Amino acid sequence: MRTPAHLADLAPGQSATIAAIEAHAGLRNRLEALGLSRGQRVQMLRRAWLAGPLHVRVGMTELMLRRADAARVGLEVGLDPWPVAA
Amino acid sequence: MAGGRVSTIAVLGMPNTGKSTLFNQLTGSHAHIGNWPGITVDLMQADVDLQGTPAQLVDLPGIYDLRGHSDDEAVVRRFLESTRLDLVVVVLNASQLDRQLRLALQVRQLGLPAVLLLNMADEAKRFGVTIDTTSLAEELAMPVVLLSAKYRRGLGEARHQMAKAIAKGLSQEGPGGSQAPVAHLDACLAEGDGALQRQIAQLMERSVTLPPQWRDRLTRRLDGVLLHPLLGLPLFFLVMALMFQAIYAIGVPLQEALGTLLDSFGQGVIAPLIRGLPAFAQGFLLEGVYQGIGTVSAFLPVIFLFFLAMGVVEDSGYLSRAAYLMDAFMERLGLDGRSFVLSLMGFGCNVPAIMGTRVMRDRGLRLLSMLIIPFSLCSARLNVFLFMASVFFAPRVGGLVIFGLYVMSFAAAIVTALLFKGRFSSNEPLVLELPPYRFPTLRQMFSRAWLEVRHFWFWSRRFIIFGVVAVWLLNNLPFGVEPASAQSFSGWIGRALMPVLGPLGINPKLAVALLFGFIAKEIVLGGLAVIYGQANPLALGHALALDVNWVQAVSFMLFTLLYTPCLSTVAVIRSESKSAKFTWFSVLWSLALAWGTSFGFYQLATALGWGSLVLH
Repeated sequence: MRTPAHLADLAPGQSATIAAIEAHAGLRNRLEALGLSRGQRVQMLRRAWLAGPLHVRVGMTELMLRRADAARVGLEVGLDPWPVAA
Repeated sequence: MAGGRVSTIAVLGMPNTGKSTLFNQLTGSHAHIGNWPGITVDLMQADVDLQGTPAQLVDLPGIYDLRGHSDDEAVVRRFLESTRLDLVVVVLNASQLDRQLRLALQVRQLGLPAVLLLNMADEAKRFGVTIDTTSLAEELAMPVVLLSAKYRRGLGEARHQMAKAIAKGLSQEGPGGSQAPVAHLDACLAEGDGALQRQIAQLMERSVTLPPQWRDRLTRRLDGVLLHPLLGLPLFFLVMALMFQAIYAIGVPLQEALGTLLDSFGQGVIAPLIRGLPAFAQGFLLEGVYQGIGTVSAFLPVIFLFFLAMGVVEDSGYLSRAAYLMDAFMERLGLDGRSFVLSLMGFGCNVPAIMGTRVMRDRGLRLLSMLIIPFSLCSARLNVFLFMASVFFAPRVGGLVIFGLYVMSFAAAIVTALLFKGRFSSNEPLVLELPPYRFPTLRQMFSRAWLEVRHFWFWSRRFIIFGVVAVWLLNNLPFGVEPASAQSFSGWIGRALMPVLGPLGINPKLAVALLFGFIAKEIVLGGLAVIYGQANPLALGHALALDVNWVQAVSFMLFTLLYTPCLSTVAVIRSESKSAKFTWFSVLWSLALAWGTSFGFYQLATALGWGSLVLH
């Protein structure tokens, strides 16, 4: 499966590597403190209905975040070398 | 050594690391609220003896990042910049070092003497995370202790390392005393920021082994059900409904038993003791002070149970899931999942819930959350409703009335958010941790609930004592009047309020109770007892039922639900919003909503002739 360009578009079960955080300093600090930083592997666990939040896992931490904020997390584009079963 | 000087230790850590549990265990729950220059929020502190070294431990708010932008993060920065510290204890979650080491590195960057405590060692072991503490301590140049505050393991070693670090600091100490506060904190942190990621990666590689695969099957499976797109929300509301059911099934009989006990103690022990005093003083002590306080103390068991249940829901990790489940809905109200969780906590007591909005950075979002939290039907109001429902309705109908009031409480919050979301708009990002599911230990649960009840009592007792005394005096002055009669001060006040409250079906006696309910809802029942001159709840119920009909009673309950919860809530809104204008707005809006709702209900019900229906 091809990796989408942003975390907001990752399908449940899919993983990718973070390429860049395209957010203002405040949000970037918070995302990094929770583990979302360049070079980290991130996996989509589930997406809530009605455009609700996303449930992702990065390193040893599980997070919920809104789609608008996840759209600021850029992913390395390319074939996912390690497809993970949900 | 600086003979006998008390060392100051700050406890710093990320949220969800069990920092408060650890703090309570290190201090033996002797903590009290301390005042620190330049810090406007309450910080818990405690005096401890660390293997012969006297020290005061200060619990700082849980933060993610010393460079972060939330209010709590600013508080910690101000504290570090203004306080002389002998030691910083950094508490991290052992299984999440891959991101949490950041905080330890920031503390090291500031050059503060530190001890690193890795909590939740039990969980790290369960998840397959192994940590070489010796190597980590060497790399970080600070002592590292692996421990589990929940199962009380490693606490002795932690104390030992803390004492050793302080002794080392004292022996190097110059004539100026302990370490000066941190200067140029922001610049100093900015300098180290670029290298943080690389340093963390390096430390992880040298000292920590992560499992090749995620091992927490339990969390994965539970989330599959509890966060289910279709089942998630109904399950959540079912759990909440069962929880409230259980609290009142156990709590209400306890409350009644305690009430009867306190009543007979007053009649049997206190009344004979003060028999020699003048009648006015006797009445004041027994009917004013003792009965007022007794009525309130009787419902402490319900509050204890409430905090116990809420603590379990929170510590288990389910409350963060509630934020996930509700966020899509809350976003449309201009709020977020956290506002929902805080509103739920407000069902216990609004005051801590409003303080909890500190985690929000955006002012619009924070103010809108503060505006809706006071509509959460707190335990003090519930106490009034349980009593009124039992007086005016048969048990089955009474349950429905209570349920209806909960629905009204949600509806008031939703209407308020919809009306004002434009005025308090926000674009705050929402990124929250969903911790693994945990089972709190019995000891943890009970000590926490006990702490909350103590805190509640500390907050409310001044208001309660002041309130019941004031009600009694207004009822019995000027000297020689028939208590609570039309000639007493309270009679005058009640009549003066009639042009406003009369159209709601609220009579002068209920008006006085509402007036004092402004101080605290805990006073309403005690106040009614004093006004009707009936201490025994049964007798009070009869007197009340003779005086007003059920439509008036429901109108009174609606008003009680919606108007300003208590002075403590107003005070905390004022201190958290730092705006007198917003505080006034919040008070006036809730009064307007209360008046409008009660007026609408009473006029409609009267026009339909419901007042003469007998429902009992």
